[in-house]
Amino acid sequence: MGTFLRAAVAGTTLALVAACSTPGPGEAPDGVYDPYEARNRKVHAFNMAAYETLLRRDEDAPARDPNPVVEDFRPVIVNVADTLALPKSVVNQVLQGRLLAASRNTLRFGVNATLGFGGMFDVAGDLMGIREADSGFGETLAVWGVPEGAFVMLPAIGPSTERDTAGRVVDLFLDPLAYVLPPKDYLTVKGVQVTGGVLERAQYADSVDSVLYGSADSYSQLRLIYLQNSRFDLGEPAADPDGPPEDPFALDTEGF
Amino acid sequence: MPASLTRRAFCGSLAAGAAAFLAAGPARALSEPEARQLIDRLVAEVNAVISSGRSEAAMLSQFEQIFRKYADTAYVAAYAMGVDGRRASAAQKRAFTDAFITYVARKYGRRFREFIGSEITVTGVRQSNNYYEVSCTAALRGQAPFRITFNVSDRSGRDEFFNLYIEGVNMLLTERTEVGALLDANGGDIDAMIADLRRAA
Repeated sequence: MGTFLRAAVAGTTLALVAACSTPGPGEAPDGVYDPYEARNRKVHAFNMAAYETLLRRDEDAPARDPNPVVEDFRPVIVNVADTLALPKSVVNQVLQGRLLAASRNTLRFGVNATLGFGGMFDVAGDLMGIREADSGFGETLAVWGVPEGAFVMLPAIGPSTERDTAGRVVDLFLDPLAYVLPPKDYLTVKGVQVTGGVLERAQYADSVDSVLYGSADSYSQLRLIYLQNSRFDLGEPAADPDGPPEDPFALDTEGF
Repeated sequence: MPASLTRRAFCGSLAAGAAAFLAAGPARALSEPEARQLIDRLVAEVNAVISSGRSEAAMLSQFEQIFRKYADTAYVAAYAMGVDGRRASAAQKRAFTDAFITYVARKYGRRFREFIGSEITVTGVRQSNNYYEVSCTAALRGQAPFRITFNVSDRSGRDEFFNLYIEGVNMLLTERTEVGALLDANGGDIDAMIADLRRAA
């Protein structure tokens, strides 16, 4: 990568990270800081329409039997996509100083790429008990102490935060495969990863549909569930770190 | 015995003493093993339902029974209604509790149905503030295990869980947001919100 490009990426990242705003007092009720809500809601409406057209099965149409070929290949594609994401995870875990996790993922990559026939089978997980431990630059930034920033709804990708969005941009440049493989092959890798992501999401179609269609305000449900789950994965405080501790004896339940 | 202490006064002071004793709450506090045992029993019942192979409708009604048996329903409902509970009448509070428990038990029952083919196991318990957090995992094939946490207290006088977390997602916080959105959609009308909850269940 040219020096100019590298400098441009570094500059953009710094700008994005510096833009991770922190909420003032009372600006994040229930731990949700969303100053761009109006814009985010528009993106959410667009994502819903896209999901409806592209991915969701028509409810009135008779249920089709699952296509046996797709069902057989589903785990294979998901496994290949997971394996191809491992080098990026390893780089980030090294940057986070999590050398044990990095070496486990390196072993996982080595085993699945060879014994697992290019990642088609999760040998490391099934036989050796080394489960997937995905990571990205968003997590690295969290480990480095960068604040989460505001909630952001990204087109097509979905819920995110300012910090996570900066991480996604950097991950495009941190992936070792981007440097090792010829550009055409790397595009194939990206294609497999996108397909794997879609298939993995399809496995949770019921849960996703229940959030998107079974709630009175799907935007606020999605926002709250995403933020809580992502903080849980990163080991960060769940909701309002300055709020009172949960006290079951403090609530007035008279009459309920 | 002084003449001034009549039978009426004596009975009165006895009642007052009993009331003070009851108001002071249960004399014994919930212990770590008791919190764990409660969730052990709950998880055993949930696992039995998951592996029963019965229809979705049958499973959901069983999940609802389990929820009503083990959950601190007054706490769950009061938390979910939030500040709007202050302007609710006694009848509305009762109707809301009933509708909300059915709704939330069936909603989370549907999520637990996704663990068919696997088993939930209790992995640990720790004290937090004045309650216990009992953690569980559900292993699904080819995936990182799901982590579920139950918060257990004897607030009501009985050992019950008052909240649960699935992969860090707080049930009560999430459902209070949903109830608030339902109230907004109904222009703040509590009865209409309760009717919507019954439909959603």
